[in-house]
Amino acid sequence: MAFRRFVSHKAAVASCGVILALSLFVILAPLTARYGVNQSVQAPPNSFLSPRGNAWLGTDDIGRDLYSRLIFGIRVSLLIGLASALISVTLGSLIGAVAGFRGGKFDDVMMRVTDLFLAFPFLVTLLVVRNVLGAVPWLKPLTGEMNSVRFIIVLFGIFGWMGVARIVRGQVLSLKEREFVEAARAVGASRRYIISRHLLPNSVGPIMVALTFSVVGAIIGESTLAFFGYGPQAGDGATSLGILVGAAKGAVQTGFWWLAVFPCFALIVIALSINFIGDALRDATDPRLDRGA
Amino acid sequence: MFRYILRRLAWAIPTLLIVTFLVYLALRIGTDPVASYKRVNPRATRAKVQQYIDVNGLDPNFVKGYLTWLRNFVTGDWAPSIKGRREVWPALKDAMANTLRLGTAATVVGIFFGLIAGVFAALRPGGKRDVFINTSAFVGISIPPFISAILLQLLFAVYWQRWFGESLFPTSGVYPPGHSGFDLPLMIRYMVLPTIVVAIQIIATYSRYMRSSLLDVLNSDYMRTARSKGISERRVLVKHGMRNALIPVVTIAALDVGSIVGGLIITENIFSYPGMGLYFLKSFGEGDFPLLMPWMVVIVASVLLFNLIADISYAWLDPRIRLE
Repeated sequence: MAFRRFVSHKAAVASCGVILALSLFVILAPLTARYGVNQSVQAPPNSFLSPRGNAWLGTDDIGRDLYSRLIFGIRVSLLIGLASALISVTLGSLIGAVAGFRGGKFDDVMMRVTDLFLAFPFLVTLLVVRNVLGAVPWLKPLTGEMNSVRFIIVLFGIFGWMGVARIVRGQVLSLKEREFVEAARAVGASRRYIISRHLLPNSVGPIMVALTFSVVGAIIGESTLAFFGYGPQAGDGATSLGILVGAAKGAVQTGFWWLAVFPCFALIVIALSINFIGDALRDATDPRLDRGA
Repeated sequence: MFRYILRRLAWAIPTLLIVTFLVYLALRIGTDPVASYKRVNPRATRAKVQQYIDVNGLDPNFVKGYLTWLRNFVTGDWAPSIKGRREVWPALKDAMANTLRLGTAATVVGIFFGLIAGVFAALRPGGKRDVFINTSAFVGISIPPFISAILLQLLFAVYWQRWFGESLFPTSGVYPPGHSGFDLPLMIRYMVLPTIVVAIQIIATYSRYMRSSLLDVLNSDYMRTARSKGISERRVLVKHGMRNALIPVVTIAALDVGSIVGGLIITENIFSYPGMGLYFLKSFGEGDFPLLMPWMVVIVASVLLFNLIADISYAWLDPRIRLE
């Protein structure tokens, strides 16, 4: 039933196709990319070449092929999005389920904290949390260097759980009054059993929705950070969508349009597709939402 | 009602204290103010450093330090910035004025067009217009502000200049460099692009809110009653429909101030617009504690204030809600 509703959402099905194709494309990066990440397309002069035969999407300031870099960049960005979304959704589901189920003080404090966090400008909180996270010495083994990809993943993992927790809590609050939970309690099921066997499985719909939106959030968050110079550093073999978009900032005034247009366009396509999927998932898994159509 | 407001106000003060303490902690741990002072002023004497520590409340004991900072902050004894020893208040005041101007312009434009779009979409749900508005709003939400800023700059400033000899809108600052005095038309030209960038997000968000809120109302019983009384369709829609549909939207608008400020910070930075966002990113980059703390207090206070406004306006607009 839910599946049929999802399939009837045409934009979402198309988006699934786009994301699948894109994922396949970037996973096969050694085959699909024409040059290495830091390889120049030809001997100098090679910087700021407009799109042409040996560089389909043009080259950047030191003559690297934008098309190949875009593939490697999307690869890193998708990885960041998926990995940190998995962390934040796991954390958020657990915290949200426990808060919703137990209620009381724990619930109050948790929801106050999340409300407060979500009320503040996203970038400010993110930057401050990032610095605090980087300054705590005993977290070093977990987070790695502050400008590494791993740090960004951990940062968004820790940062993103709040929205998820709120959604799951709401779901659990409505579920826990239902008969089957009462029945489980009546036969003496433990709290942990009820949460893991009844409440969380019945919240799969909202959790899936939260997962898709967390992926987008992390991808956009990473590019925002990178845009302002706080993102992962371009290492030997890596770049990311954020780094590419950040480089576009300098390219605008000089009119090297390809450096701005292609990375921005890639980011828009990815964000839009995943958002469409999330939206359709929400419609499909929540029968109460009748969209009037 | 009055008592409710008083009680909420009384609660706001401890909340403000707790949150500023958390911000203080985060900045102390995250930016290490003393180290950044020494980095910017490498030849400062030990006495100077000690003075900096005393005025800013940077005692190794966090609680003691916070109390010192609080006392100095409340009594108006603000430390100067670490770079160039500038007074903080004039800089903060200018930044607030500029941001307020840009934020108000963008919010007014955004909410106006957003509400209109939402109403049009809700009038014929599922129709062509509805699908178009809904899809555009969805695209608008998915595009982060710095992307739209870059693309707009590229189109209206750089390429416009190439094609037509003169750029349509300037891309940085409030006035051209060297300009002095007040010049409204010029200022508006400088504000067009940043306003559009922030407004896109607001339009996209509010058209969706308004659409769903109005759809809820249109399907309710009192609309049918109003129609059955023989009131004209237009009057039913405006007096009964819109008024009720606006209640949740107003509340969301007040709660949304954080995300609008977030959009402003990003936009200001790209357009070098000297507001709160540029102020923050600059002082954060330098670890300038004396500049950062008052900024944080302003932001925390306004978020709390707008939360309060949201609650009160909700109760005031909707008589069905009882406060006591």
